[in-house]
Amino acid sequence: MAYKLRLKFNKYAHMIYIGHLDLMRYFQKAMRRAGVDISYTSGFSPHQIMSFAQPLGVGVFSNGEYVDISVESLTSSRQLVKALSGVMAEGVDILSARLLPEDARGAMASIAAASYTVSFRTGSEPGFDLAQALTDFYNRDSILIEKETKKGSRQVDLKEHIYALSHDAGENTVYMLLDASSGGNIKPNLVMETLYDFADARLGEFDLIVTREDIFAEDHDASGQRRFISLNDIGKDY
Amino acid sequence: MRKLALSDEILLTVEKPARYIGGEIGSVQKDLSDVSIRFAMCFPDVYEIGMSHLGIQILYELLNRYDDVWCERVYSPWTDLDAVMRRDHIPLFSLESQTPIREFDFLGITLQYEMCYTNILQVLDLSGIPLLAKDRGTEDPVVIGGGPCSYNPEPIADFFDLFYIGEGETRYRELMDLYRQWRGIGEGMNVLQRQKEPEEWNRQGFLRAASHLPGIYVPSLYEASYHEDGTLRSFTPKYEDVPAVVRKEMVSDLDQSVYPTAPVVPFIRVTQDRITLEIMRGCIRGCRFCQAGQLYKPLRERSVETLKKYAAQMMKNTGHEEISLSSLSSSDYSGLSDLLQFLMDECGRQKVNIALPSLRIDAFSLDVMNKVQDVKKSSLTFAPEAGSQRMRDVINKGLTKEDILGGAEQAFKGGWNKVKLYFMLGLPGETEEDIRGIGELCNDIAMLYYDTVPKEERKGRIQITASTSFFVPKPFTPFQWAPMDPPESFLEKAGICKDGIRSQLNQKSIRYNWHEADTSMMEGVLARGDRRLAAVILKAYHKGCFYDAWSEYYHHDVWLEAFRECGLDPAFYTTRKRSEDELFPWDFISCGVTREFLLREWKNALAGRASSNCREKCAGCGVASYGVGICPGAGYIK
Repeated sequence: MAYKLRLKFNKYAHMIYIGHLDLMRYFQKAMRRAGVDISYTSGFSPHQIMSFAQPLGVGVFSNGEYVDISVESLTSSRQLVKALSGVMAEGVDILSARLLPEDARGAMASIAAASYTVSFRTGSEPGFDLAQALTDFYNRDSILIEKETKKGSRQVDLKEHIYALSHDAGENTVYMLLDASSGGNIKPNLVMETLYDFADARLGEFDLIVTREDIFAEDHDASGQRRFISLNDIGKDY
Repeated sequence: MRKLALSDEILLTVEKPARYIGGEIGSVQKDLSDVSIRFAMCFPDVYEIGMSHLGIQILYELLNRYDDVWCERVYSPWTDLDAVMRRDHIPLFSLESQTPIREFDFLGITLQYEMCYTNILQVLDLSGIPLLAKDRGTEDPVVIGGGPCSYNPEPIADFFDLFYIGEGETRYRELMDLYRQWRGIGEGMNVLQRQKEPEEWNRQGFLRAASHLPGIYVPSLYEASYHEDGTLRSFTPKYEDVPAVVRKEMVSDLDQSVYPTAPVVPFIRVTQDRITLEIMRGCIRGCRFCQAGQLYKPLRERSVETLKKYAAQMMKNTGHEEISLSSLSSSDYSGLSDLLQFLMDECGRQKVNIALPSLRIDAFSLDVMNKVQDVKKSSLTFAPEAGSQRMRDVINKGLTKEDILGGAEQAFKGGWNKVKLYFMLGLPGETEEDIRGIGELCNDIAMLYYDTVPKEERKGRIQITASTSFFVPKPFTPFQWAPMDPPESFLEKAGICKDGIRSQLNQKSIRYNWHEADTSMMEGVLARGDRRLAAVILKAYHKGCFYDAWSEYYHHDVWLEAFRECGLDPAFYTTRKRSEDELFPWDFISCGVTREFLLREWKNALAGRASSNCREKCAGCGVASYGVGICPGAGYIK
C-alpha cells in the first residue's frame, strides 16, 4: 500500500536559477540518492509519483514550496527529512515531511493562495512614499487592470484577488497574500507594477526581490467564514 | 554561501543561467586556505556538451584527490553571455569558486574535436590571458592541452604552454610537484599566503623542466622548417635536453586507476544525462579510418567486479535515471553478458534505464535489447561505414552483408522495424559503384523485412534511415596519407548516393541524411595541419568565428578569407597527395603504433586487403612495446 507524503522545502542562493522542470529532475535524482522508497508508475519507463504544488519563477526565492510524493513504506518524518537533507545541494533545504490523510487532495489541486515578501534591490528602492502609496492603493474600492490571457486580454479587479497587503517600515518590504488558485492566480510583480502605475512611477525589470513565503489551501470555519490553511498543516508528522 | 560572479540581472537575462552557477551535486568545494595549487579544467564548448564528457570528470576526480590542489571547471560561455561579458568587461570565471580564471595556476583545456579551436581563443580571451603562449608572463596561468586532438597539436601549438600527450591519469602528480618546486611553494603554503606575495618565478625554467617528463610536449622548445613546396623539412628540439620524440602516456591497469564514482550531476539536462561506465579502453578492430582505434591501443578492460562496484556506487551517488556503457566497441568486452545481467537486475530494482551502446546485432544483443528497451520505439543500429564489401575491406571494417542481414532478420522476427545505418562518403579509392552500394544495401534490408515478417504481423512499413558523413583523414591512421575529397566532390557523391537510394524498389521506406561538406573540409585542414595554421585560426577568431562546431555559427566564407589573408591554401592540407616518406607535423609524437605499421596498412587498404584484429592475431602495430593489455607478452588472459 502506498502512502501520500508532503515535503516542504525552501529555495535560495544559486538554486533560484533552477527552473521548474529542472527542479523536478533534481528531486527525482535526490529521491534515488536518499534511497526513498518512492512509488513508481508501471510500464517500460516507470517514473516516480511526485507532484509539485506550484511552479516558482526563475529568480524567485521561497520559504514554502511543496512537493507531494507517494511512498511504498513509512519510516518517520524525522528520518525522511534527515535522509533527504544528506543529499541536497546548497540552496534547497527540506523543512518538513508530513503524512497526508488518505482523502487529502493533491498539493496542486488544493491551492487557494500564496504569500510573498517583496523587497527592493539596493539602489532600486521606490522614489515615492511606499507606505502611503500602499495604503491608498489597497483602500480603493476596485483596482481594475487588463490581464493578458491566452484568448486576449480581459478586465480583472485586482482587489478581489489580493487578500492582504501591508508594508514593513523597518525592513522596507511589502507583504502580500494573493490568490493562487488555478483560475485567479496573481503574481506579486503584477501587484507591484500596478501600484507603481498608480504612483506614476515605473517599475524596473530587476528592481524587486521576491520571496514566496508559503502556499495555502482554503476551508471554512464553523461560522462559514473562509480561512486559509498552510499546505504544511494539512498532513501530520509520523 | 558562495557569491556568484554574475549579477542577478545578467543571470535573469541569459539563456539557461544554470550553466554558470556551479554548486551541482558532486562539484568539489575546497577552502583556498587548504590548497596550494589552483587548476581550472576547461571543455571549450557550451556547458551541456562539456558536462557530458567523461575524460574531464576523471581528471577532476584525480586532481581533487590531491590535498594540495583544487580543480574547478570552466566552459565556453554561450554566445549571449559572451557578448555581455565583453560589453561589461567581466572576466571568465570558474564554476566552483566563481573567481577569475586568470588567478589560477593552470588552465587545462581538453581537445576533443578540431572545430572547437576558436573556442580555445574565446576562453583565453575572456579570461584575459594572452592568446599566444609567447606573450604570457608570470601572472598568467600555465595553459595545458590534452585529449585526442593533442596528437596533432601543431595547428594550435602557439596557444599552449604545454600539451599532455596520452592518458591523464599517470603524470599529473609529477607535474604538480615540479610546479611547486619551480614556484617555491613550500610544504603547507596555501593559496592565500601565495596571493599576498606575488612572486617572480622562472616560467621558462618550469616549462623546460616539464619537457623532461614523459608525455609532456612544450611547443616553444621545438622548431619547424619547411621545404619550398610547403611540406615539413624538419621538426627538432631547440635544445639537447629536450626529447625529440614525445611518447604517449598510458594507464596499464584500469582496475587500479582513478574513476569518478561520484561525478558532478548537472541541474540542467545535458547531452549525456546519465551514468557513464567506461568498461574498457582501446579497441581490437583496426578500422583504418578510425583515429581513436589507434590512439588508445591496446585494449585494456576493467574487470566485471570493478564495474559492478562502480555502477552501484554511481547510482547511489548521482541518482541518475539512466546508465550507459562507454567504450569503442562494447561487443568486444569479454565480460559483457555478465555485466549486463548484473545491470539488468540492479537497474530493474532501482528503476534505472539502461542505455545500450551500439552493440553488434546478434541473438545476445537482441535478447538484451528486448529486455531493456521498448521494441516498438527502439531501432537497430548498424555502422557498415561503406556500401560495398570491397570498400569495407579497404577500410578494414569487419562487417559483412551477411552479418547485417543475419542480424536484421533476427531483429525483424523479434518485432523491430526501425533500422539506422551509418556510412561514410569520400573514402580512399571510392567508386560510383561503392556509393550506389549504400542504396542497394538499404533496399536489401527492406526486402528482407517483407520476406521475413508475414503481412498480418507487420506493424507498419519498415523504416530505414541511412546517414552519411564525409570522410576526414586523421593523423595516426593508415589513411593519414590519403588525399581528402574537396567539398564539391562530397556533394556530388551525396547526390549519387541519394539517386542510388531513390532508384530502389523500397525507396519510400528509406530516409537519407548527409552531413555538411564545408565543416568537414575545415576539420580536415585542422586535423592534418601544421604550425602555420595558428595564424589562420587567430585571424578567423578575430573576424568573429567561434562555436564553429555549431553549424549555425560556422562561417565558411570567413575562414576562407582568413586563409587568403594568411597566404595559405586549405587544399594543401586536404586534397594534396602526400608521399610515403613525407615528414608529418605529428611525427614527433609516438602513440605506440609505428609509422611502418600504418604505411603497411595504407598499402593493404589500397590493395583492398583486410587485416586481422588483435584477438585473432597480432598484426605487429608496435604498441606491444608498452607491455600492457591484450598485447602478446603482456600477460593478458581473456
